[in-house]
Amino acid sequence: MTYATEPHVSPTATAAPTDGHVLVEVDHLTVTFGRQMVLRDISVQIRRGETVAILGESGCGKTVFLKTLVALQRPTRGRVLFDGQDLFRLSAAELARERTRMGFVFQNAALFDSMTIGENIAFPLRQHRQLSEDEIQAIVRARVAEVGLPLSVLRKKPGEISGGMRKRVGLARALALEPELMLYDEPTTGLDPIMSDVINELILRTRRQHPVTSIIVTHDMRTATKVCDRIVMLYPLARLKPGESQILYDGPAAEIEKASDRRVIQFVRGEAGERLMEMAREENNHAQSAEESVHG
Amino acid sequence: MSTASLRSPNGLPGVPGGMLNNFAQWVADVGARTMDWIVGLGSISLFFARTLRWLVIRRPRRETIIWNFYQIGVLSLPVVALTGTFVGMVLAVQSYAQFKMLNLETRLGAVINMSLVRELGPVLAATMLAGRVGSAMAAELGTMRVTEQIDALAVMGADPIHYLVVPRFLACLVLIPALTLVADFMGVVGGYYYSVYLLHIDAYYYLQNSANYVGWFDLFSGTAKTLFFGGAIAVIGCHHGFHCDPGAEGVGRAATYAFVHSFVTILLLDLLLGIGFDALYNVLFPQGPRLI
Repeated sequence: MTYATEPHVSPTATAAPTDGHVLVEVDHLTVTFGRQMVLRDISVQIRRGETVAILGESGCGKTVFLKTLVALQRPTRGRVLFDGQDLFRLSAAELARERTRMGFVFQNAALFDSMTIGENIAFPLRQHRQLSEDEIQAIVRARVAEVGLPLSVLRKKPGEISGGMRKRVGLARALALEPELMLYDEPTTGLDPIMSDVINELILRTRRQHPVTSIIVTHDMRTATKVCDRIVMLYPLARLKPGESQILYDGPAAEIEKASDRRVIQFVRGEAGERLMEMAREENNHAQSAEESVHG
Repeated sequence: MSTASLRSPNGLPGVPGGMLNNFAQWVADVGARTMDWIVGLGSISLFFARTLRWLVIRRPRRETIIWNFYQIGVLSLPVVALTGTFVGMVLAVQSYAQFKMLNLETRLGAVINMSLVRELGPVLAATMLAGRVGSAMAAELGTMRVTEQIDALAVMGADPIHYLVVPRFLACLVLIPALTLVADFMGVVGGYYYSVYLLHIDAYYYLQNSANYVGWFDLFSGTAKTLFFGGAIAVIGCHHGFHCDPGAEGVGRAATYAFVHSFVTILLLDLLLGIGFDALYNVLFPQGPRLI
């Protein structure tokens, strides 16, 4: 097993080396919280080797979708299959084993505060691999170098490093077990443009160096078009007409600007359009219903 | 699951306005609160059952055990010792005048030590630990929940209950009785010091009366209760942390509720266990002196 430490930079994503095998299958997924429905009847198939962006504005259920894929969120209806297995039908031990085939990069990295950076990256290795301490340290050093961080960072605590460094440590930790499926939750949110591009490059490099399938939840068009070969765009349910599909676009990343749906083009171009008026209308509706409730 | 949906600002559908509507709304509110309470009780029971299951099926990692034993046991030692010492001395201060009137001041040791070993030591030490340990656990785990660290544990194939709750539960279960013994000891020393050196009670009779009145069963029942207190503090603190609402407000609320609910549970358990241990004493020592 070798760990490459030299950076490779590519301007754009290359075509996905997919073998056609469906690694993740989302089948008529619906998720509700109390009376609020967040995802409605979503069906998506993701093939091994693909890099897919789940795109959409805030509140459209992107993160809930991602958490459902790793069985952190239980579907209200429908099912999610990982390599043909329904994760919610597995025992705790089987689920833990399947999860070692996945790496999850959290929005704010979710590093363990009580551990050093080195311990954070070593954590999954200590949990699941019978390795000597020397072997663990070798992998940790390789991973840190892979995400372009100095070895001096290993002794620091998460609170002592910047947000961009934390995201890279989160990526190094997610890669520790060499997963087959990488899940990224808003990997560039809150970062400056340069650091955002560094993260994009690291995702591309990860894809080149490891035979990995990636699902990236983002609202950053640059990440979606630069890193991904396919985009699935979700739309908030509250603004959909009854019976309308929540997936507004599912196709090649390069062709999203040719989409026929006006709402997709608006999002791609970052145009508010009638959103300001819609928001004012929603505000009025809320005020009106509140007033009605007061007067009985 | 919240049952708040049962409440409606416009009253209940199909119920006419006025007093009847208000009454129906009140019934709906009471019903919703009762259901919330039952759901909460069910949630904490399942949480406890999962903790016990992990406790049995897999031993926690050594480093998590050591860290939690240090945090919960060693760091609580000063505050528990201080509490015990002052409780012992305060008991001497409060009881002395009454005993002096009856010329029974040499019996002060019996009262102080009995009160400490059977009741005040365990309950006050547990209350102190509910504040120091239970709230800290809720705040720490709540922060981990809010910052997705608990989710991170789960996606890395480490069960959060096994990794975070079981070591804390074990530490509370083992160390809270030990800390209570420290509180008892310091209380006995504090009471002795105040009575003998400041109130000038004869040391020989003070010790003699203490030894005559305080038996092993008193020490056993007082300490055994703290096993339950310790378990309750850990489960309640961890449960509030795991089910913390988002944001700083959510973490603060989890810490507050962890203390309040632990405190109420300690009082309730104290009453039930007191009755239970009294019945046990009467079974074991039918000819012995009555405890109540």
